[in-house]
Amino acid sequence: MDLKTRGVAPLGVERAAIESVLGASDGDATHDGVGGSALRANRHLLLPTLHAVNDRVGWISPAAIDHIAERLDVSPAEIYGVVTFYSLFSTQERRGRQVHACVDLVCRARGVSEDRLPDGVHPSPCLGMCDHAPAALVTEAGEPARRVALGDVSSDVSSDPIVSSPTRHPIPQAGDPDLVLLARAGRIDPLDFDAWVADGGLRALERARQIGPDAVIDLVDASGLLGRGGAAFPTARKWTAVKHQDAAPRHLVCNADESEPGTFKDRVLIEIDPFALLESMTIAALAADCAHGWIYLRGEYPDAEATLTSAIDTFRREGILGDGFDVTLRRGAGAYICGEETAIFNSIEGFRGEPRNKPPYPFEEGLFALPTVVNNVETLMNVPSIVLGRATANRRLFCLSGAVARPGVYEVELGSTLGAVIDGAGGLREGSELQAVLLGGAAGRFVSPESLDLVLDHESVSAAGLSLGSGVVMVLDQRVDLVDQIRRIAAFFRDESCGQCVPCRVGTVRQHEVLERLASGVRDGQIELLADIGRGMTDASICGLGQTAHHAIESAVVTLGAFER
Amino acid sequence: MVGLATVFGAGGGTSSYAEAEAADVIVMWGSNARNAHPIFFHHVLQAVRSGARLYVVDPRRSETAQFADRWLGLEVGTDIALANSIAREIISSRLTHRGFIGRATTGFDAFAASVEEWTLERGSEVTGVPADAIRELAHAYAGASAAQLCWTLGITEHHNGVDNVLSLCNLALLTGQVGRSGAGLSPLRGQNNVQGGGDMGALPDKLPGFQDVGDDSARAKFDLEWNATVPSRRGWHLTEMFDAMERHELRSLLVVGENPAQSEADVSRAVELLGGLDHLVVLDIHLTKTAELADVVLPGSASWCESDGTVTNSERRVQRVRKALDPPGSARDDVDIVVDLARRLGHDWRYDTHEDVWNEVRRLSPMHAGMSWPRIEELGGIQWPCPHEDSLEPSFLHGRLWADDPSERGRPAPFSVVAHDPPAEALCADFPLRLTTGRRLDSYNTGVQSGGYRSPNRVGETIDISPVDAGEIGVAAGDVVRVASRRGAVEAPVRIDPGLRAGLVFMSFHFPDDVDVNQLTIDATDPRSGTAEFKASAVRIEKLGVQ
Repeated sequence: MDLKTRGVAPLGVERAAIESVLGASDGDATHDGVGGSALRANRHLLLPTLHAVNDRVGWISPAAIDHIAERLDVSPAEIYGVVTFYSLFSTQERRGRQVHACVDLVCRARGVSEDRLPDGVHPSPCLGMCDHAPAALVTEAGEPARRVALGDVSSDVSSDPIVSSPTRHPIPQAGDPDLVLLARAGRIDPLDFDAWVADGGLRALERARQIGPDAVIDLVDASGLLGRGGAAFPTARKWTAVKHQDAAPRHLVCNADESEPGTFKDRVLIEIDPFALLESMTIAALAADCAHGWIYLRGEYPDAEATLTSAIDTFRREGILGDGFDVTLRRGAGAYICGEETAIFNSIEGFRGEPRNKPPYPFEEGLFALPTVVNNVETLMNVPSIVLGRATANRRLFCLSGAVARPGVYEVELGSTLGAVIDGAGGLREGSELQAVLLGGAAGRFVSPESLDLVLDHESVSAAGLSLGSGVVMVLDQRVDLVDQIRRIAAFFRDESCGQCVPCRVGTVRQHEVLERLASGVRDGQIELLADIGRGMTDASICGLGQTAHHAIESAVVTLGAFER
Repeated sequence: MVGLATVFGAGGGTSSYAEAEAADVIVMWGSNARNAHPIFFHHVLQAVRSGARLYVVDPRRSETAQFADRWLGLEVGTDIALANSIAREIISSRLTHRGFIGRATTGFDAFAASVEEWTLERGSEVTGVPADAIRELAHAYAGASAAQLCWTLGITEHHNGVDNVLSLCNLALLTGQVGRSGAGLSPLRGQNNVQGGGDMGALPDKLPGFQDVGDDSARAKFDLEWNATVPSRRGWHLTEMFDAMERHELRSLLVVGENPAQSEADVSRAVELLGGLDHLVVLDIHLTKTAELADVVLPGSASWCESDGTVTNSERRVQRVRKALDPPGSARDDVDIVVDLARRLGHDWRYDTHEDVWNEVRRLSPMHAGMSWPRIEELGGIQWPCPHEDSLEPSFLHGRLWADDPSERGRPAPFSVVAHDPPAEALCADFPLRLTTGRRLDSYNTGVQSGGYRSPNRVGETIDISPVDAGEIGVAAGDVVRVASRRGAVEAPVRIDPGLRAGLVFMSFHFPDDVDVNQLTIDATDPRSGTAEFKASAVRIEKLGVQ
């Protein structure tokens, strides 16, 4: 189109960054030019292009936006809209080193607060490092850019050079012979392909190829595998629905945009067993007849990204990927909403990561308007053992954090009680008394100490009006300020609402305001108003973010009586 | 129109606007429709959105070219070379529509022989367009299920504009991209009613409805209706009129709604000739530069709001315009003015209503016969031909060429052998830059109708040059420079346009009071259409002394 740009050329480093993704341009052509649909067909490269610029330069200048606009035949205003959608990008010049300190639920229970951060350190929503709380992410622009997730922020992270990643805490259950999803934790080097194959890697894929797609789907169906991203939809039904669509090619999206506060299981799975995820995706693609695979990984997971990049390279080198089915890794850029199953499509396609209206559902019109399977990492990781007939889908992961003795990811058989799961993490920390447990994350609900007998399976949890969500079990002891926690949850949703639909855009702000008034002692009709706002958001929001944005707050106010103490 | 009439017997675009949306390939050739024909371009954008491929052939990477899947930036005045190369590629790749050529055309063999020399390499050498781009366009056009070939003044405003049009018609005949829904040839017209003017006989050799003045039976019909004798002699087109003024053969002139004192190429000569007439009468709603030269000025009505009648757009659609206001002051309805003029000249014309005038057209012009005002109103406009009140023709013309029955098929469409002929004015050391002129989005022609309105897009007249030339001449955006041709010189501020290549410069002619660009243009004219070569002059740019 006839783009209106400011006519300022990008810096050489910006141009190089852009061309590292989009290739060289035909800018000097005098008698011939390719444009239009050929350029717009590259729109899905917008997010990687923005990352390339932001990684090298540290921010995304107007000249860079204009040049990207010209290369993609998209208006600069639209590019600006995408840039400003993501919290890790900046349209303002800033220094190369940026420190993002987690101020979310677990870390603030450890005493972190946005009010007490050193100068130049940004407050960040949950970084998915709750087992290492308090956590921070440090990024340093340059060639190459460096990004490090840190646990235990003790030194002055805003000025020290970044040396290396800290050692990860071991998986507490490592070595337990009953483990399925975490079976390889601590036993083999995650990126040692030969060791992985020797440990049974690729056997499920071989068997899947032997028995064929229909038999694979039958096995998954029989296992009762439900989605582990939060919605608990039967996986086999999803695959079958996509497989029976006429439109092609079909896509498989692995949702690794794990952003629910208190959740870190998918990061751990990727870091300890990346080949298994790729094997699972290859089997799923075989079953649902998908030609393209995508992993949409949270932008705040630098180690998981490095691990996956290396694993994908290895799989391509071994010829497992690339022949009929390949996987593209997409890095998010800081937006909770992009974990929503349709927002993820918009983000991959290079648009603002706003959820789409449903219907059409992803199985009919998903990524690039083609039939698409979207599965969470943990869901996919169940597939190999199911295909090999070694396990049913009766084990799932819980993210234990807060006032437990040994925080971390735990693999638990469905049917255990909440109390047993907490005991499995060593019980409460020394000196802690249980105040409440947040089950399912910020979109879940708080339960009181009386609920320790709750059986953690879908039926019991649903019957209690609860949800396992993404498996968050966040334990709050008597020292945690519950009102501060729900004010943070309200602020989180207010920040993360994409602003597309009114009930959520307005409701999350009003909800936050009511909580601030309640916290300052105003009571007059506020509790009722809070319930009204919550009902409006639940009934009328487009997506799950708005529909669940009041759950945790409501449970704290109504069930726990947060403002009656 | 002359070119299309030569090939198909009717001088009009063969498709309707909306058919662009049914095309899967659209070629905009010498047309900056994004700026000059924004309404039509909406249909093009709709097609692009639905997946149609858009090719733009234009020396400039224009606003329209920005939307193109591929831009072919030919050298100014090499359109025939490019068209012939495309034709040769289509023929040599066996992409012709043999059935159509065999049944609906004549002269293929001679044409094929004439383009044999136009290999991709030769075409590329002459036009500057890389061979693979020519090849891609040839294959896309021939392979399309329905292709639109659209052009504007970039094709016609050349000394050989008619040949340019013929060379494009050849491509449609080769591939059968005409006479079907979505497939056609679309010359985009510059004004809301320029088509209507031609339809009503404002051509040197045509009566209303494109009936030839040399056709005795047609003339007899008019003689009877008008109770007068219509001369069988061909008249003059505008350029010939100026030549006749120069020879003192034409001494009196009635100018209706035209501003030749500013719009003619080599405008100094035009002003001088207009000033030398015995009698000049101008009928206009503005006191134009031409009106300032007149002996008598007749203030007319704004046709779109102060008069009843019809206009006909580029897709041959006759539409009603309705009177909403009385003309101000002593201004009068144009029809009343013309009728009174006739009476003073001794003909007692009488029409009770404007609709009576139209019904006379319907009696005389078969292609308008079926268009009563109530029917035009009911259908929101009707496309010609419309000979019957109880039926409508298809939205595209020349479907007859596809008929099985030879009698229904009618006169086959002839291929035309056309030779490349470079612009009349070659570049040289004194005048090394190629000036081409055109329109901008915010203004209309000489600005008579648009200059009175503000536009946020209006930048005034500029000399647009490439970044390379700006560097070599040593000027920056906004610097005022002198632009000189063999005929004159003007001063204008520089605008740097990255869509221009070195050696190519561009000006509009929307602000003749400030910068009289047509001082520069050459009046080399195609004798058949009377259109001047506004698109190719040789100029140089001089820096003005630093103040």
